[in-house]
Amino acid sequence: MSGSPRIRLRGLRKAFGAKQVLDGVDLDVATGRSMVVLGGSGSGKSVTVKCILGIITPDEGVIEIDGQDVAKLSRADRAAILDRTGMLFQNGALFDSLPVWENVCFKLLAQKRVSRAQARDVAAEALAQVGLAATVGELSPAELSGGMQKRVALARAIAARPDIIFFDEPTTGLDPIMGAVIDGLIVDCVKRLGATALSITHDMASARRIGDEAAMIHKGRIVWTGPAETLGRTGNAMVDQFANGEREGPIRMELRR
Amino acid sequence: MTAALNLVALLGRTVLGLLRALGQVSLFAAEALSHLLRPPFFLRQFVRHFAEIAYFSLPVVALTALFTGMVLALQSYVGFARFNAESAIASVVVLSVTRELGPVLAGLMVAGRIGAAMAAEIGTMRVTDQIDALTTLSTDPMKYLVAPRLLAGTLALPLLVLVADILGVMGGFLVGVLKLGFVPQTFLDNAWDILQPMDVISGLVKAAVFGFVIALMGCWCGYASRGGAQGVGQATTRAVVSASILILALDYLLTAAFFS
Ligand SMILES: Nc1ncnc2c1ncn2[C@@H]1O[C@H](COP(=O)(O)OP(=O)(O)OP(=O)(O)O)[C@@H](O)[C@H]1O
Ligand SMILES: [Mg+2]
Repeated sequence: MSGSPRIRLRGLRKAFGAKQVLDGVDLDVATGRSMVVLGGSGSGKSVTVKCILGIITPDEGVIEIDGQDVAKLSRADRAAILDRTGMLFQNGALFDSLPVWENVCFKLLAQKRVSRAQARDVAAEALAQVGLAATVGELSPAELSGGMQKRVALARAIAARPDIIFFDEPTTGLDPIMGAVIDGLIVDCVKRLGATALSITHDMASARRIGDEAAMIHKGRIVWTGPAETLGRTGNAMVDQFANGEREGPIRMELRR
Repeated sequence: MTAALNLVALLGRTVLGLLRALGQVSLFAAEALSHLLRPPFFLRQFVRHFAEIAYFSLPVVALTALFTGMVLALQSYVGFARFNAESAIASVVVLSVTRELGPVLAGLMVAGRIGAAMAAEIGTMRVTDQIDALTTLSTDPMKYLVAPRLLAGTLALPLLVLVADILGVMGGFLVGVLKLGFVPQTFLDNAWDILQPMDVISGLVKAAVFGFVIALMGCWCGYASRGGAQGVGQATTRAVVSASILILALDYLLTAAFFS
């Protein structure tokens, strides 16, 4: 690894009311690498990503992107970072007042990198990459199935060729084949565009495919980091239990009987 | 004793809460307005909302104004006939419609229609992460969502009120001529003689203020909404109620400023 990490988190803490969601998250993602973050439902994965993007303000802790503390940046500098960033939201977050093609090209249009006349063609290309026909571009997001919405959201996240990308559960809700296609697309983005990626996933096959490194978050902290291909046989009891989906182990679901 | 203290505490909390809300709304409005001065401008958004307010509210506002003018003529006839002052009916109709009822009733109708729609749309965008998505797509949500709506509300309502003024007077005229037996020319002469430019202008200024307030409360309540469909529902109610109360309160202040 060379130089400072692209994304560096130190001691990130965030509470909602009495609930301490993040309790000192430390995480590094090196430039051009793909990190997958694992963790139980409600363990704070999405909150972590939203903190990095500046959507949620952490209570404590440092977030550095390219060695710069984002909390100390001016509004314009922060916007400049966001200009180079892509984000796939867990629920898609498509704009339902706009047709699909305008959703996909939203950032390109906002940055005036394409004209409205060209946007339909550019959108059709991006949609083809995620396995959707060009005719989908004319529909409104409400007319799509859940998996199609996810793929449109993915196309939107990468259409502007960002060099930092966050994927919040990119393959949830997709069939296994489409899941593998999307994984391939994500690997492509990282390898060919040289982007740095941070993905959240519950799908171990997908985690091994898209991740260089993996990290596991539990009770508001990162409890393990290591190479993604070892998932399932890391030697860390917690990670192995999670990766293999075993009921018995150090992680106890808080269920009442 | 404690009961009295509790009452004072409650009063204090309410007043502080109101002041805080006022401060927050003012900051929100100031930020949105600052975006109207700095490019890029989202003309397409402005046109969409302007059409939504001005064109699609037209039927509602037109009917309201027409019937109000008709009722006004009928009611004042009942009153004025006792003093043989039927000729005052035209002036009553034309002054009350242009100065008060046109802007206030149009404002209230539009608050119900547009304020609610804005709060619901922006609130839904808030709870489904669409507003956060805007910031990750190189677009400032205040500039894209709020600023065009504020401008559209401010410019569209005077237009609606102008139509309401005309139809309101027409309603009075129709009842006056067809039901109360006025000579058309006399009614129009009476109306025209009493009408001052200031009557219409003050009504249009009120309309602009009301339009701004409706859009502001719709956007603000939507923007601040939390927690799913229920939160959006509450935001919608809050937007309509607060805009309606503000319209009535500001109407008093503006009337006092114009005519005293
Ligand atoms: N805006 C918010 N207000 C209050 N609590 C929140 C908010 N956002 C998240 N939380 C809480 O923070 C915790 C972590 O949420 P988060 O969305 O990060 O979970 P997650 O790890 O992404 O889970 P999943 O895998 O189910 O998506 C949850 O318990 C949630 O209730
Ligand atoms: Mg999540």
